[in-house]
Amino acid sequence: MKKALLVFAVPAAVLTALLLAYAFYQAMWVAPMERTMGEVQRIFYYHVPSAWTAFLLFFVNLVASVTYLIRRNTRADAVALVSAEVGVVFCTVVLVTGPIWARPVWGIWWTWDIRLTTTLVLWLIYVSYLMLRRFSDGAQTPKLAAVLAIFGALDVPLVYFSIWFFRTQHPQPVIGGGGSIDPRMLHVLLINWLAFSCLALLVGWSRYRLEIMQRDLEEELALESLLGDGGLPPASAGASSRTGSLLNRTSSRMGPG
Amino acid sequence: MSALKSITGATLAKDIRLEWRSRDAINSMLFFSLLVVVIFSFSFDPNAEESREIAAGLIWVAFLFAAVVALNQTWARELRNQVLDAYRVSPAPASSLFLAKALGNFSLVSLLEAVMAPLFMIFYNLRALGPAWQLIPVAVLGTWALVVNGTFFAAMSLRTRSREIMLPLLLFPISIPAVQSMVEATRVLLAGDGSARFWLVLLLTYDVVFTTACLALFETVLQAE
Repeated sequence: MKKALLVFAVPAAVLTALLLAYAFYQAMWVAPMERTMGEVQRIFYYHVPSAWTAFLLFFVNLVASVTYLIRRNTRADAVALVSAEVGVVFCTVVLVTGPIWARPVWGIWWTWDIRLTTTLVLWLIYVSYLMLRRFSDGAQTPKLAAVLAIFGALDVPLVYFSIWFFRTQHPQPVIGGGGSIDPRMLHVLLINWLAFSCLALLVGWSRYRLEIMQRDLEEELALESLLGDGGLPPASAGASSRTGSLLNRTSSRMGPG
Repeated sequence: MSALKSITGATLAKDIRLEWRSRDAINSMLFFSLLVVVIFSFSFDPNAEESREIAAGLIWVAFLFAAVVALNQTWARELRNQVLDAYRVSPAPASSLFLAKALGNFSLVSLLEAVMAPLFMIFYNLRALGPAWQLIPVAVLGTWALVVNGTFFAAMSLRTRSREIMLPLLLFPISIPAVQSMVEATRVLLAGDGSARFWLVLLLTYDVVFTTACLALFETVLQAE
């Protein structure tokens, strides 16, 4: 474990930090100034990559949830949990940076536009997913969470169509949406996306390791408490005496009532 | 198929008989939605011209809150005397049990709507300017949309701490498109501007998608232990 940390984690963290710094420099100084919006447009290099990363993580969550339901693989469940957590963080970044940009450009903080509303509903669904994971205890959590993830994925297209009826105010998506973008801007955007994806991967990976370690520890503790504190007593005698004392306690409690 | 029908029928009949004898759920729902309607009347002036515009939203929000009251009691009754464990070990398909519970909740909430909708119309002085008969498919499809997912999530929140609060936390985010469709369709029909066709189709799609998902995944939720 220690060795993996040194060989993989530290270089990965350093590389990600360098990449993020380079992407920041590109976004702030290298990318050309937008003609009508001015400097505030540069938030776009954080807003859009965060959105792509969040959607990618939610997709990973769906795939991991389906895998868990089919294979009952606990690692898949850990991936689902981690991708939902990191995805909610990136989705929050999207929802915070959006209004900061919208206020000077549109003159309003928020509008119930199709992309804004869909992103908000997606965020709500995944927060409720994390709430379910927190509030349900025991071994059934992974199953319930996986089922909820599938329900959430089914809901997203319906949310999209239900808001599609309203006029859409959000700028056209830059890739495959018919919008045009300066090639230099696109270059900076893609560098930022790469940096953000690396960050998401790094955070997700360390959170995943933490989760696996925590689960192993819990399992060990549960096993230990099951076997008793004082080493390993003769199995049958220990078990029967403990069951006996438990029965005595139950009957004495029920006795007077 | 006939086994599914007879098991569903038997469970549904049992639930309706229990409800008929105690009338716990229906009484608490009726009084709760009456309170919501009265509080709304104080919060938004019912005589104002704009109230016609927001009445559709108010009525569905009142039904949504009231439905949660009933949905929370769906499975709680099966926990007593380990009835749910008996269901789990019985060879009866889980989907028939789910269908019976959802149909039971559907009839409860429909009854509530049949009583409360006229009252709402009187309080808010409403009159449908569009084709009023279309309010019936909106109510049927909308109620089923709330109830099918509500019954499912009630079974899920059974396994959580503080389960009463967990149900709305799970149900409301998923129900957003359905609630929007119901409210918009009702608003269009009350105000008489435009057609409610798009919203009806969307509601129908929502119902079909989530009924299928619930029936397919209920076994997993029931057996989760």
